[in-house]
Amino acid sequence: MNASEAPAPLFHFRGARLGHGRETVFGALDLSIRRGETVALLGPSGSGKSTLLAALRRQQETLCAWCPQQQALVPMLSVFHNIYMGGLHRFGTWRNLRALVRPTAAQRDSVAEVAESLGLAEKLFTSVDRLSGGQAQRTALGRALFTERPVLLADEPVSNLDEHQGLALLGDTLRRHDSAVVAMHDRALALACFERVIGLRQGETVLDAPAASLTLADLDTLYLP
Amino acid sequence: MSRSVPTFTTTAAGWRRASGWLGLAGLIAFACADLGITRGNPGAEMMRVGLGLLRPDFFATEGLGRALANTLAFAFQGVALGAAAGFLLALLWHRRAVRAGAASVRAVHELFWGLLLMQITGLSTLTGVLAIALPYAGIFAKVFGEFLEEADPAPAVALPDDRRRLARFFYARLPLIWASCKAYTGYRLECALRASAILGFIGLPTLGFHLETAFREGHYGEGAALLYLLFLLILTLRFWLRPLLLPVYLLAALIWAPPVWTGSLRTLVRFVTEDLVPAPLKNGGGIAELSAWLGTLWTEQIGPGVWHTLVLGLAALLLTALLALVLFPLRSPLFGNRVSRGLGHFILVVLRTTPEFFLAFFFLIMLGPSMLPGILALGLHTGAIIAHLTARFSEGLTLRDDSARGLNRYAFEVLPRLYPNFLAFLLYRWEIIMRETAVLGILGIHTLGFYIDSSVAEFRFDRTLVLILATIGLNLGVDAFSRWLRGRLRLSTRGQPVE
Repeated sequence: MNASEAPAPLFHFRGARLGHGRETVFGALDLSIRRGETVALLGPSGSGKSTLLAALRRQQETLCAWCPQQQALVPMLSVFHNIYMGGLHRFGTWRNLRALVRPTAAQRDSVAEVAESLGLAEKLFTSVDRLSGGQAQRTALGRALFTERPVLLADEPVSNLDEHQGLALLGDTLRRHDSAVVAMHDRALALACFERVIGLRQGETVLDAPAASLTLADLDTLYLP
Repeated sequence: MSRSVPTFTTTAAGWRRASGWLGLAGLIAFACADLGITRGNPGAEMMRVGLGLLRPDFFATEGLGRALANTLAFAFQGVALGAAAGFLLALLWHRRAVRAGAASVRAVHELFWGLLLMQITGLSTLTGVLAIALPYAGIFAKVFGEFLEEADPAPAVALPDDRRRLARFFYARLPLIWASCKAYTGYRLECALRASAILGFIGLPTLGFHLETAFREGHYGEGAALLYLLFLLILTLRFWLRPLLLPVYLLAALIWAPPVWTGSLRTLVRFVTEDLVPAPLKNGGGIAELSAWLGTLWTEQIGPGVWHTLVLGLAALLLTALLALVLFPLRSPLFGNRVSRGLGHFILVVLRTTPEFFLAFFFLIMLGPSMLPGILALGLHTGAIIAHLTARFSEGLTLRDDSARGLNRYAFEVLPRLYPNFLAFLLYRWEIIMRETAVLGILGIHTLGFYIDSSVAEFRFDRTLVLILATIGLNLGVDAFSRWLRGRLRLSTRGQPVE
């Protein structure tokens, strides 16, 4: 690569129209995110955070660990299998099917490590439909972690956890990825954990600044009627 | 972390255990079943049947139009009578006696009813119509009764409390279930067309009569044409079955084949008071003779009949489950492409539309008499039905954007999610499999129907009665077990089509 040339951005939009079917959410989006950045997406509900995350994923499918808001876990399967599911693409099909019936010790250990870091070690072999909302959310995060891809795309991944746990888990999760774009509603957490904050409002980016330059009061304006 | 095998306390593990036990029972049944191929050269016979299916001969059957009209007439009259009776019974569904009575009449297959009724009303329209109407009344009573139970009681409760119960029913209850009743009756008519065709196997002048003759004599092209005609009737049903035209069809059916009573009252009285009475009692014997008679009947016929019916039914249930699990992705939007789905849809429609009794008959011709034709027929037909229902259910699943594909998707994302529904469909169908298993005996497979058919041929109707009571008992037993298992696993198909 030529030294004078900046590396191509990880995600890039120029005048992009994003939406679902005929409904337009973003009329003309201009946005660029480089590899290595950690970005918090803020904005009232309906401002387009989830739409933007889905569009980001489509640009770099094979690089992204994905943690959507509707966690889409398989409720009747164990925490183990739901986390393991994140890594299906990394192993052969027969190995995966075997893990479904009787996981090997190595498979158990690798998933248990993730579960332990999320405080789920006790519940590893319990099905998700028997967990609390917070435990299910941590399982969804575990699934994303086990994908072992460098870029994290997550939609409110710690919204059901208490402040303390949220901070710890989010920090830990961000350390395991080199880049991240995460939709958040907790403004303090956004400022504490991310380098860059993008504020959305009705399909427009109304704020895009380094987190260090922002105060909570700056973020409040996003939510004013 | 312990190195031992972990114990999974998951919802899926409960289903897996239940499936494991059922699967084990199925394997044992397969081990006990007589799976021999007794036909010398099944390949050659299959070739000839296949050629016949490719070259249907629509002009070989004499009186084809008549058979077609009879098939339709019996089905229409049978469903009309059955629906009317079932509806009245549904109003009394809260009474235990009504529920038990309905369960008993529907546990007896149309063909068994036909064999019994024929002794009184002969080979007449009335026999055909009643053979359909009686079990269908039981089925309609159950389905309509459950519709009423599940309907929202609020509208009726909101009405001022007075004694006009009929008005209350027509204003606040019936409208809630009317659409479901209509849809279900339409589906039942499709079943009745199949039943009516099958009644030909015991001699009634419907499509099945000519089909059996043609296939038995090796005129496979002629038989294939009759089969295709039945397909045509059933698959075009939705185009010509219009509510407004129903009275016209029914009137035409009544004019074409009036269900008039041709027997004599004396025959009926003699049949009930003499023929159905156990032989030792008729000959002046007492309890000792009766129990000896029952003992012999048990060891020689009921015991082996029940055993073979259970073995065949369980083996068929296992095959049904495996086929359904393999076939449903062929039609599900979550797998494959447009071509594979089109092909899957076609295969499932053919297997669902062909009555299992016909399938068993075809396999019997190709493979010779053993349990194998019965297991294959029931497995393929019911497997296709459950695959279809499961695939339809899978249309409602939304997977996440980064969901795996292929086998991984099937095993991790899709199967666990629809397994409770699959299992519920399977357990619901078990009762129907048992009912059909018993009746396959008429084709020469040694299930209960074989002994029933033989006793009718020997004019030993007292035995027929006891054997039919045994099929009812077996059916109610399986039904109760399946209901218990569904309750234990908390499976429900409420609000979904089961049949």
